[in-house]
Amino acid sequence: MTFEYAPAPESRSVVDIDSHYGLFIDGAYVEPLDGASFKTVNPATEEALAEVSEAGPADVDRAVRAARTAYKTTWSKMPGAERAKYLYRIARIIQERSRELAVLETLDNGKPIRESRDVDLPLTAAHFFYHAGWADKLDYAGLGRDPRPYGVAGQIIPWNFPLLMLAWKVAPALATGNTVVLKPAETTPLSALAFADICQQAELPPGVVNVITGASATGRLLVEHPDVDKIAFTGSTEVGKQIQRAIAGTRKSLTLELGGKAANIVFDDAPLDEAVEGIVNGIFFNQGHVCCAGSRLLIQESVVDDVLDRLKQRLSTLRLGDPMDKNTDIGAINSAEQRARIDELVRSGDAEGADRWSAPCALPEKGWWYPPTIFTGVTQAHRVAREEIFGPVLSVLTFRTPDEAIEKANNSPYGLSAGVWTEKGSRILWMASRLRAGVVWANTFNRFDPAAPFGGFKESGFGREGGRQGLASYLKTEI
Amino acid sequence: MDGRIDVRKTYKLFVNGAFPRSESGRTYAVTDAKGRFLANASLASRKDARDAVLAARAAQPRWWDATAYNRGQILYRIAEMLEGRRAQFEDEVAKAEGLSARRAASAVDESIDRWVWYAGWSDKIAQVLGSSNPVAGPYFNFSVPEPTGVVAAIAPQRSSLLGLVSVVAPIIVGGNTCVVVAADERPLPAITLAEVLATSDLPGGVVNILTGRAAEIGPWLASHADVNALDLTGVEDDGLATEMEVAAAVNVKRVLLPPRKAPDWSADPGMGRIRQFVESTTVWHPIGV
Repeated sequence: MTFEYAPAPESRSVVDIDSHYGLFIDGAYVEPLDGASFKTVNPATEEALAEVSEAGPADVDRAVRAARTAYKTTWSKMPGAERAKYLYRIARIIQERSRELAVLETLDNGKPIRESRDVDLPLTAAHFFYHAGWADKLDYAGLGRDPRPYGVAGQIIPWNFPLLMLAWKVAPALATGNTVVLKPAETTPLSALAFADICQQAELPPGVVNVITGASATGRLLVEHPDVDKIAFTGSTEVGKQIQRAIAGTRKSLTLELGGKAANIVFDDAPLDEAVEGIVNGIFFNQGHVCCAGSRLLIQESVVDDVLDRLKQRLSTLRLGDPMDKNTDIGAINSAEQRARIDELVRSGDAEGADRWSAPCALPEKGWWYPPTIFTGVTQAHRVAREEIFGPVLSVLTFRTPDEAIEKANNSPYGLSAGVWTEKGSRILWMASRLRAGVVWANTFNRFDPAAPFGGFKESGFGREGGRQGLASYLKTEI
Repeated sequence: MDGRIDVRKTYKLFVNGAFPRSESGRTYAVTDAKGRFLANASLASRKDARDAVLAARAAQPRWWDATAYNRGQILYRIAEMLEGRRAQFEDEVAKAEGLSARRAASAVDESIDRWVWYAGWSDKIAQVLGSSNPVAGPYFNFSVPEPTGVVAAIAPQRSSLLGLVSVVAPIIVGGNTCVVVAADERPLPAITLAEVLATSDLPGGVVNILTGRAAEIGPWLASHADVNALDLTGVEDDGLATEMEVAAAVNVKRVLLPPRKAPDWSADPGMGRIRQFVESTTVWHPIGV
């Protein structure tokens, strides 16, 4: 007798989605001056959710001007303790509206409601709460006395954690005294527009936060606008490099949070059931759409078969399907483009001779989906070992000695995160000190907190978000 | 003195703890502030830059593996050696920059004191820039500053010793190694400083000094895929700075832009330069029985 899960759908009625959204500039929703509009779609059903505006050059300009005016007349003159109170208001409203925002996020992004509800929203509120407390304590941040903000920050965020990435950008920028023009990702604009509504509810002074929806063209306009002092970008390494080149000679400050190809390293003394949960969380959480995903599994040779057996068993119990169902583990891929990218890389894995295995699961008729997939027999030269797939695809390699694990783990242009599974404490610390990664998870994975700095080495970007160290991204420091 | 002919120094590059000539065989005439000939300095080439980066990369893990205490002692010894040879440096700096004896002595004083200041930082950086982070869950979570890796620096053009020291010391105290392009027209104090570095127990390759044209070798360093960061302090030409910034994007280098106005090298350096070339690693571990 097998137990089946009864459907446990979250209700869509908790959120109201307008049929059309303008841009949020200077405290109000306005129609674009020279932009157009585009639709945002539910990736689980392909149903259009809303029509959203695309900010053209004149719109980007007026958003920046609104941010500049708000900075000069209001925000830069406001004591930190007062700025803090706005951020606390925003944090509290996010907590109050968490259920609604989680449902909205799941509809627009495709991620399971359990994740929006239990991970994205709590962390979003926490980021605002944490940074609110810094606003009047910047003298203690270790950046010299009275560190000054840059002014107007242009921020571009990705589609994988739309509201959480907004929090990671907006909270520290505001706490440190900057004003913001934020461009959410093209496929996930709705939670940012809901955040704009929250700014109105909190009576945040107009112009302090501006939300301009659009695609990469809008992002480029924002990066190139002469009156933006600071650019913060989270997205692909390729676009990060384009931005770095584009701002050369402008003296704009830049922080980048880019791609990754993290090694998740399992030693033979690791508690294997826990390690398997960590592996699964590492690459299949959020459908693998995570810059710090543990996308390369390095298993010590003596436990390869055992780990793979347990892993395949565990993957076979994962539930893929309707993201609004509270039982769902694996949701939809965010867009047709992303699904095509995953597919192309997976086929390269086949073509280059790696062995593919996918968890048997029925894929829904409509929407974009990809089953959890693992490649074994992978070498360092394979594309699936080198390139970021950004999907639920795990590449498995092996090693014998800790030195070999380090060498393989660090053999990448990326350096964002890494995982280590072993019971031996001295080995954890040794690995952590040798892994070239900005975040090292030992006997855990994918843990985030506003107090813990996050960011990468090498081509995973520069600058940190979160913690005392993250404040430096938004303050002019003495040199 | 009594008609005795002096033995003049040959100024070569400083790479991997040794003093090779440029592989290109080229030199250029260095003159003092009044245009009088001082010496022929090596004119470093792209290949010299490549070799210097190799040396810096090879030396970096070992430099970072040393204890912070050890690094501090080495930086302090550099100050000891510099103090012992101060007369030679006063003479070189006076000639290079056209300074009076008194002003040159002051520059040397400050350079020595700067090494002493940075020596004291090595075992404190982690305490000031690191943290234990109170995450909302049963995890021990800490952040430590780690070196960026290999830094390519263009030394200040006018302050041939104090400016150079103020750029190099904060880079290496954080555990980085570097390739420095000395001031184009005032490179000699840099090579004499290299002699001090070579006798201070500083491992070969931690600091590599190339003499020559920033405009020629700077772009090659900027586009080098195994350089982690650029210090453009000594780049006075906006076009060159922009060119190097663009090239740096090839591997997402961290770039320190040239100062907007000529720095006062006598002022308190602050932590900005140290912070520029370190970045944090955050480690998580569950707490539980």
